[in-house]
Amino acid sequence: MRGKPLAAIVSAGLSKFGRRDGFSGRELFAEAALEAFERCPNLDPKKDIGALIIGNMSESFEHQCHSAPIMSDWAGLLPKPAVRVEVACASSGAAIRYGIFAILSGLYDTVMVGGFEKMTHRTTFEATEYLAMASDFPLEQWNGATFPGLFALMATAHMHEYGTTEEQMALVAVKNHHNGALNPKAHLQREVTVEQVLGSRVIAKPLKLFDCSLISDGASCAILTRPEIARKYTDTPVYIIGSGHGTDAIGLYERDSLTSLESIRRAAKEAYEMAALGPEDIDVAEVHDCFTIAEIIAYEDLGFCKPGEGGKFIESGAPTLDGDLPVNTSGGLKAKGHPVGATGVAQLYEIYLQLTGQADRRQVDGCEVGLTQNLGGSGATCIVHIYRRG
Amino acid sequence: MGETYPFTIEQFYRFVGEGKLMGAKCGRCGGIFVPPRPLCPKCQSRDLGWVQLKNRGKLLTYTVIHVAPEEFQQMTPYALGIIELEDGVRLPGIIRGVKHEDLRVGMTLEVDFDTANIPSKWPQWPRYFFRPTQTI
Repeated sequence: MRGKPLAAIVSAGLSKFGRRDGFSGRELFAEAALEAFERCPNLDPKKDIGALIIGNMSESFEHQCHSAPIMSDWAGLLPKPAVRVEVACASSGAAIRYGIFAILSGLYDTVMVGGFEKMTHRTTFEATEYLAMASDFPLEQWNGATFPGLFALMATAHMHEYGTTEEQMALVAVKNHHNGALNPKAHLQREVTVEQVLGSRVIAKPLKLFDCSLISDGASCAILTRPEIARKYTDTPVYIIGSGHGTDAIGLYERDSLTSLESIRRAAKEAYEMAALGPEDIDVAEVHDCFTIAEIIAYEDLGFCKPGEGGKFIESGAPTLDGDLPVNTSGGLKAKGHPVGATGVAQLYEIYLQLTGQADRRQVDGCEVGLTQNLGGSGATCIVHIYRRG
Repeated sequence: MGETYPFTIEQFYRFVGEGKLMGAKCGRCGGIFVPPRPLCPKCQSRDLGWVQLKNRGKLLTYTVIHVAPEEFQQMTPYALGIIELEDGVRLPGIIRGVKHEDLRVGMTLEVDFDTANIPSKWPQWPRYFFRPTQTI
């Protein structure tokens, strides 16, 4: 299996991310699906797509469980089997992985994977509560933990242990907003300065508003096939060559480290070994910057830099668009937006654009190998995928 | 004997209501875990017993939360931390009775209990919280 394609991406679609008043999750998913179908005229969706695997975090936002058949219907795929997978913010990262499994099982030649979340019609209090449901209820939620709060606990520990600074975290936001300003599908398409980030209101000390990703509406999808038949559909397939999944205790307090996420390390190790590659081989990456500190920890746990040196890594400029290893060229969750269930496949979408030379003003020249890292909750789940240009 | 009580979240909070922090101790590997569960998460043993935890520990990390779910919003800003009790068990909890600017990683805190405010609907659990030590 090492280094061999697990599956091929022959098309992908992404709805515009942002505040999409008047559109529900299913309509956003149809928007994403339509783009994927239009990109791939050789594919007959109704005939060729065997099943749909969809990521969605919370039925609370739209008062709607059992969303997979709805997405299948709205994408015109009935009566193909459809299932929803849920591991919080990593739900559609998991959908990719289970899409790969569906193909490797031999049951399907082609599947659609995707994700969606409709969030902005809810108040901040409601959204905060629904998102907090991905943490441990009896000890964390019951004691007033929020998601910004849990990542703030990691930030305080990282600052204490390694001397990481609020300015370094702000640089992550500045970088991702710069990239988001170049992405027509991003929720926020404007630059921010270090001073603006540092001066924004405190959400959970030391994290401020501009350290936090956005509450957004959006949907994403991709069409995966057996690698052997990819060229029936496209001249520019992207191969998924590594897939890793790490799982850890739900409670941050239960884990050995407060500055490193073991689930990222495990997922990365599995994916790197499967791809027969290492962090030095990655040309472009989309990582889970739900908060700026999460991107700094991701640099370290993915092996882009040494433990504790994530702050210096962003200071060095390496993960900027012109740097050695551009990270979150899409704008990331920070600026592109974070409709949680859509995020994993939205990361894949950006890497698909990059590796097929379609990333326009964000294009990283000559990139061959990409990586996505999608985190669930405060790190009880992490999904990593590695991609190679076809 | 602890065996007469089930190793459940509900029982953990019953003990909290009695002013006790109780964990499950594994008879095979010696690990202590909170919340309790029916089998040891480290070695899968079912040879478990209840053990009362130390009520003092060190603050490992903290935050001050300004935006919270509605239930907590009237308390904002409030301090949340993770402490490591003297027996090595870690717990998250709200920190009361300290000025937020005086919070420090490594400071000593002790556990106290709020058993007066029990919600009328599920879950009818009391809460523990942390505060600066009252004695030297």
